[in-house]
Amino acid sequence: MSKSNQRWWMGVGLFFTSFFSCSAWSEAQINLTKGVTAVSREVYGLHMLALYICTAIGIVVFGAMFWSMFFYRKSKGAKAADFHESTTVEILWTAIPVIILIAMAVPATSTLIDMENNDNSDVTIQITGSQWKWHYKYFDQNIEYYSVLSTPREQYENHNGSFDGNGVLKGKDYLLEVDKPLVIPANKKVRFLITSDDVIHSWWVPAFAVKQDANPGFINEAWTNVDKPGIYRGQCAELCGKDHGFMPIVVDVKSSADYDAWLTEQHELTAKAADAEKASLSASMSKAELMQLGETTYMAYCAACHQPTGLGLPPTFPALKGSAVATQGTVENHIALVLHGKNMMPPFGKQLSLKEIAAVVTYERNSWGNDTGDLVQSSDVKAASGE
Amino acid sequence: MTTNTINESLDEVHHDEHHDHKMTGLKRWLFTTNHKDIGTLYLWFSFIMLLTGGALAMVIRAELFQPGLQIVEPDFFNQLTTVHGLIMVFGAIMPAFTGFANWMLPMMIGAPDMALPRMNNWSFWILPFAFAILISSFFMESGAPNFGWTFYAPLSTTYSNGSTAFFVFAVHIMGISSIMGAINIVVTIMNLRAPGMTYMKMPLFVWTFFIMAYLLIAVMPVLAGVVTMLLTDTYFGTSFFDAAGGGDPVMFQHIFWFFGHPEVYIMILPAFGIVSTIIPAFARKKLFGYSSMVYATASIALLSFIVWAHHMFTTGMPLFGELFFMYCTMLIAVPTGVKVFNWVATMWRGSMTFEIPMLFSIAFVILFTIGGFSGLMLALTPVDFQYHDTYFVVAHFHYVLVTGSLFSIYAGAYFWLPKWTGHMYSDTLSKWHFWCSLISVNLLFFPMHFLGLAGMPRRIPDYALQFADFNKWVSIGGFAFGLSQLIFLAVVIKCIRGGEKAPAKPWDGAEGLEWTVASPAPYHTFSTPPPINEDKH
Repeated sequence: MSKSNQRWWMGVGLFFTSFFSCSAWSEAQINLTKGVTAVSREVYGLHMLALYICTAIGIVVFGAMFWSMFFYRKSKGAKAADFHESTTVEILWTAIPVIILIAMAVPATSTLIDMENNDNSDVTIQITGSQWKWHYKYFDQNIEYYSVLSTPREQYENHNGSFDGNGVLKGKDYLLEVDKPLVIPANKKVRFLITSDDVIHSWWVPAFAVKQDANPGFINEAWTNVDKPGIYRGQCAELCGKDHGFMPIVVDVKSSADYDAWLTEQHELTAKAADAEKASLSASMSKAELMQLGETTYMAYCAACHQPTGLGLPPTFPALKGSAVATQGTVENHIALVLHGKNMMPPFGKQLSLKEIAAVVTYERNSWGNDTGDLVQSSDVKAASGE
Repeated sequence: MTTNTINESLDEVHHDEHHDHKMTGLKRWLFTTNHKDIGTLYLWFSFIMLLTGGALAMVIRAELFQPGLQIVEPDFFNQLTTVHGLIMVFGAIMPAFTGFANWMLPMMIGAPDMALPRMNNWSFWILPFAFAILISSFFMESGAPNFGWTFYAPLSTTYSNGSTAFFVFAVHIMGISSIMGAINIVVTIMNLRAPGMTYMKMPLFVWTFFIMAYLLIAVMPVLAGVVTMLLTDTYFGTSFFDAAGGGDPVMFQHIFWFFGHPEVYIMILPAFGIVSTIIPAFARKKLFGYSSMVYATASIALLSFIVWAHHMFTTGMPLFGELFFMYCTMLIAVPTGVKVFNWVATMWRGSMTFEIPMLFSIAFVILFTIGGFSGLMLALTPVDFQYHDTYFVVAHFHYVLVTGSLFSIYAGAYFWLPKWTGHMYSDTLSKWHFWCSLISVNLLFFPMHFLGLAGMPRRIPDYALQFADFNKWVSIGGFAFGLSQLIFLAVVIKCIRGGEKAPAKPWDGAEGLEWTVASPAPYHTFSTPPPINEDKH
């Protein structure tokens, strides 16, 4: 090897080592997670088995190639041999891979059979994906709620090109945080029934090794049994439209006692919400109150499509600013649209309280230059819903 | 395989040259029925598409350079990934191989031209229109298709942005073009072989294109069917993929992947053929296990029809289905392994030199095998639940398609450029092209394995902070790889305009009828079939 050649290789070596010695790398994960369930550990074991087998085959095959490249080069005076076929060798390198494959297929089969056994679950939760949030419903518990991304828009919308937006630093769990996580008990078999309201989504939590598509009109099953309480994060894994990258999954695994306490708390909250709903029917909110609640609700539920500016993203998502529905149409019509949805727009009747719908309709009719002056109260929404 | 020590006299070749009645200027290219002209058109078209699709990819990588939304809106990001995929699959890789087929097949089997020259012209000239339709949707109010190149219903039907019709018609035209090209390949190989060239004496290159063409004829109509169902679901009120009307969105995936999986072999079998031609030439040793290579290619093609649902393990298949598709998929590793082992055995105890076509071929064998390894890992259903729809998959298919198919295309282009242009390519420039591509492509795609394993889903415009470091390196690799391809453009233009004159057979170890004609290859070759010598093996 010539001297200049040597220097060149040293340069290449330095370049690559500088990559991996950089301090930031200590945080970057480069391998599959072992996870926190018996199944996820089996899956991890399979992954490592496959990786080791591939590495070993790679060393042999690439080794033979590099050996040829170094020792059988013409410049070293190598003369080509004449052989070009051998049935024995062909049979050998057909049979050996088959044996290796069987060695991989056996453990894979047993893990798979285990993963697909959805019997005897302790808790059943229905998971429904919709553009772009998750809905969780606990069977036999009368608990259900939506789980939405809680990272503030300012953190990810930095079109001015700066790394941290308008001085807004990204949080630790940037894009992996939600307002209300799914709560499940540890050491219990939890069964998920997964479906969708609109397009196909996929519910994925790497730590559980659970990834199951949410197909509209069909129900898929999956299960987990987590042995360590904690917070586990995942994301939607199937392209589901514009905000596919913005519908994370957070699971809060609680110990049995904590889980029971949480259930009790949820029942109390549900009861309170029902009372508040009733109370709101007779209450009358001021414009300021309505507009404030309306803005919060709008930003959380409507802004993804209709945009914070009310300009929408035409032609798919129409503008509300100056729109017929929000300026000329009747309040009843506007409420009905929010309650029942239309085309791609989902119905919000089940997602929002009467008060929130009243507020959001008020907000939409009195923002961005829309000035109908209409104030909508919970009772109006109740009346429009006809229930 | 043919041993072709045919000494066709160069006089005869010159004689041929006086008989080209080619038109001049634009008309020559519009009306040409000459397989070499059409091959050239296909190759230039695919390169333009490669640069177009590459430009889209570079915008994607610019957006993903750091966390946050900096450059494009999420919806436009989805349009970029969709059209990038469609252009690369249908516009860059497939037409490039058809270009090779046109240029090389008649010369390799001693035929005067393709069997159906007029159709050949048409099958090329409808392609630019297909891509004009597809790309024009970027400039429409609705925007380009934004549902991924796999266009899963109902995202592409009820929930599409209005681009579905343009997408469907563009795909229809691409499909018609592919089917015509494939029919031409099959008919040519079956009917126009020089007397004495039996099937088992055909170069392996010819075999792989033969089998690839059969796959195309088998599955392209399936693609046409599924896009038509998509069209009627979107615009005419049918419910093939809508549960509310008795349909099933998962059925879409079954039909799509019944096309889609053979499609990936359509994009890799010709690569096997090219590499199997080049490695023996520069190892100066006959291809090891020719007949086992033919059988392996055929087995891969047959198996490709019964593995489609391995793309769908998370859709909620029954256990039996998951097991069946896992086992079949794993089985594909066997014939593929045979191919790799045969290439290595060809190099073993050869007398190797490392010209650019060989460098690309060696890089192909190693990097394609890495793509094969990740493919084998993906075949294991339980682990696929973790890998599926993450960057691990993105890494996998880019290893087999970029460092696999594309690298083989470069290997073939460098190998036959002297035959096509009559000049040797610039050694220095082409070395720059190879080494820049090799380093940047690995910087681009290797860290994607880590990103996927760490949990980064594919097709997202923004990502959690723990993925930031790798994404930055991946983007840098992406820009470098994209720019490196411009070196290739420079090499080709330089080679066409001049350079050292190429002899009829510039590579001393090369075999095949194409090296018996002059360089550049005369406009018409083998007007009378060449004699085929008795085979040695």
